[in-house]
Amino acid sequence: MEVDVLKRVPVREQEPKVRAANFDEVCLGYNKEEAMGEATRCLQCKNPQCVKGCPVNIDIPGFIKELAEGKVGEAYQVISRYSALPAVCGRVCPQETQCEAKCIRGFKGDAVSIGKLERFVADTAAEEGIQPAKAEKMNGKKVAVIGSGPAGLTCAGDLAKLGYDVTIFEALHKAGGVLSYGIPEFRLPKDRVVDKEIENVKSLGVKIETNVVIGKATTIDELLNEEGFDAVFIGSGAGLPKFMGIPGENANGVFSANEYLTRSNLMKAFDDNYATPIAAGKKVAVVGGGNVAMDAARTALRLGAEVHIVYRRSEEELPARVEEVHHAKEEGIVFDLLTNPVEIHVDDEGNVTGMTCIRMELGEPDDSGRRRPVEVPGSEFTLEVDTVIMSLGTSPNPLISSTTEGLETNKWQCIVAEEENGQTSKAKVYAGGDAVTGAATVILAMGAGKAAAKGIHELLSK
Amino acid sequence: MYKILKKEYLANNIWLMDVEAPRVAKSCLPGQFVIVKMDEKGERIPLTVCDYDREKGTVTIVFQVVGASTKEMAEYEVGETFMDFVGPLGCPSELLELSEEELKKEKLLFVCGGVGTAPVYPQVKWMKEHGIDVDVIIGARTKDILILEEPMKKIAANLFIATDDGSYGFKGNACDQINELVKNQGKEYTRVIAIGPMIMMKFVALLTKELNIKTIVSMNPIMVDGTGMCGACRLQVGDKVKFACVDGPEFDGHLVDFDQAMLRQRMYKTEEGRAMLRVQEGDTHHGGCGQCK
Repeated sequence: MEVDVLKRVPVREQEPKVRAANFDEVCLGYNKEEAMGEATRCLQCKNPQCVKGCPVNIDIPGFIKELAEGKVGEAYQVISRYSALPAVCGRVCPQETQCEAKCIRGFKGDAVSIGKLERFVADTAAEEGIQPAKAEKMNGKKVAVIGSGPAGLTCAGDLAKLGYDVTIFEALHKAGGVLSYGIPEFRLPKDRVVDKEIENVKSLGVKIETNVVIGKATTIDELLNEEGFDAVFIGSGAGLPKFMGIPGENANGVFSANEYLTRSNLMKAFDDNYATPIAAGKKVAVVGGGNVAMDAARTALRLGAEVHIVYRRSEEELPARVEEVHHAKEEGIVFDLLTNPVEIHVDDEGNVTGMTCIRMELGEPDDSGRRRPVEVPGSEFTLEVDTVIMSLGTSPNPLISSTTEGLETNKWQCIVAEEENGQTSKAKVYAGGDAVTGAATVILAMGAGKAAAKGIHELLSK
Repeated sequence: MYKILKKEYLANNIWLMDVEAPRVAKSCLPGQFVIVKMDEKGERIPLTVCDYDREKGTVTIVFQVVGASTKEMAEYEVGETFMDFVGPLGCPSELLELSEEELKKEKLLFVCGGVGTAPVYPQVKWMKEHGIDVDVIIGARTKDILILEEPMKKIAANLFIATDDGSYGFKGNACDQINELVKNQGKEYTRVIAIGPMIMMKFVALLTKELNIKTIVSMNPIMVDGTGMCGACRLQVGDKVKFACVDGPEFDGHLVDFDQAMLRQRMYKTEEGRAMLRVQEGDTHHGGCGQCK
């Protein structure tokens, strides 16, 4: 195929009008011809900047080189030396601010479409049944991993490849953490992508025990002292949803994004064959501007609602990925920017009938460097909605920190851990991901899981 | 998979089951709850722990058929398995934190209604095992729907049965019985633990506020994950919003906003009713759910 070196090979997507009414994946990905064509755009830099932009330092030129020659299996083995979840990362990593942001091609033209290539390699490997290479022999040491989200799966996968006997404890009934309960099907298919990658981690010898709440059913100390684990990695995720504290917030029809997404993604409430209900709403306001807000908004849209995003700053400050905002707009989501909720109206039955909002304008920059939104006096107006979804982030879950002696937390109740190796204040205990940083991205959690695996290996191979 | 080892019909559509769940049985305490998910497509159903046997590795649950999912649960037989059974969740009863000395100073009155009798049982049993005598009231509409009377009689110092229609024991509701004990018989209590329907807990709390007796209630709001992730179970407690799954399920009854909690509990009533009709009527479904044409 003809490739313009300055332009990336376009990727096929479902039409916005069609996809707004289904839960199928939005982006269809490259076929082999397209992927090989895009791969030829890679300059194979001697000092590749893209690798530095990747939190898990994948040998990007290395896998692209194999792919350009059509050797997809080899390309997969290159990636899987660094990442346990390439099909996930190819879809949900913010490549535009990481690897692709550093691509030399990007100085004059489009950066190489690294994420889409990674996705193609991982999907093809899955279709062909290629699995990551297993450890040659076990070293007899046991490691417990708390949580089966991106941090836990990465840490477990890396340790298993080094010959450790790894058991993951998951509180929910299904493995995957945010990949299963949080990110919707249309962005990250569960059966085809998430479950497959979890199977790959298991194929390395990792055991996953679901329905075990660490901090309740058993504690970190019991794992170390009674169950014979030599080290523990905590990747328990973000935690309790935040609310605004405005009047009417406990009305029926006000949800946290976590609840709305968990009902739809984990419990599959959108499918009538599943028992869990969801009050989807006819006119929905999603408060917040992050990726989770976009996910909740686009889920509500697919469940048949008219959806507004209510965000107090301007478009420029939206924390969500540009691609997500673009997709949301294409699908018909209305963005009420520089707008902040003041009060939720409730009828006698306790149901939401509307939400008073106030217009904002941007003032001086605040601590985060972003211009602080300030209220425009007298600009209140009412948005008629029957459902409000609060997507304001989370605060850490106290289950583990409150039941583990000697585990230090900071003033936000996040677990304190060294960045380079995940070591906490407690011997043999490592941590990473949202439990340490507060809500962040899948790939940062994976980076932390990887660093901790290295830290644990250094400890146990002494 | 979690195997059902025992199944018993108590009364009034209320069932008891012993389920094999060694990790839960090893660590659960009175006041905590579990979540049961019957199969792949099931809901996550929160149920308070009613008893446990650490040696056998079993946990006893008691549930009332109130919707499609609990109806299906009642159809499970001994030897069959639930796909998921997770716990213990929530905080143990606050009473367990008191020292034996402090407990001996307390005069405890447990007030139970309906299926709420089940979670009271392990608390009373725990007290008995620690040498603490407690009084228990079981309130019911009528004699036929009483549950756990015999087991409770064995462990309570005094068991009072109150029926609305006077068909058994004291004639009147739980509040009338509290009034009878405190106002007429001059009994003194330092603490009331009330577990039952929200409406019962609301009125018990109103009465004990007037009587100036500290009161603990156990809340059972709608939940999804039960581990502090979704916030569906939030309640107004005094001037704070609390999550029943991690902050509770027990709270100060004088601070809980029961009216709001009752409205929140009704959130999925219509959906549940429809689902119930689908199960009951099966292929013969003839409308009435409000959804079909």
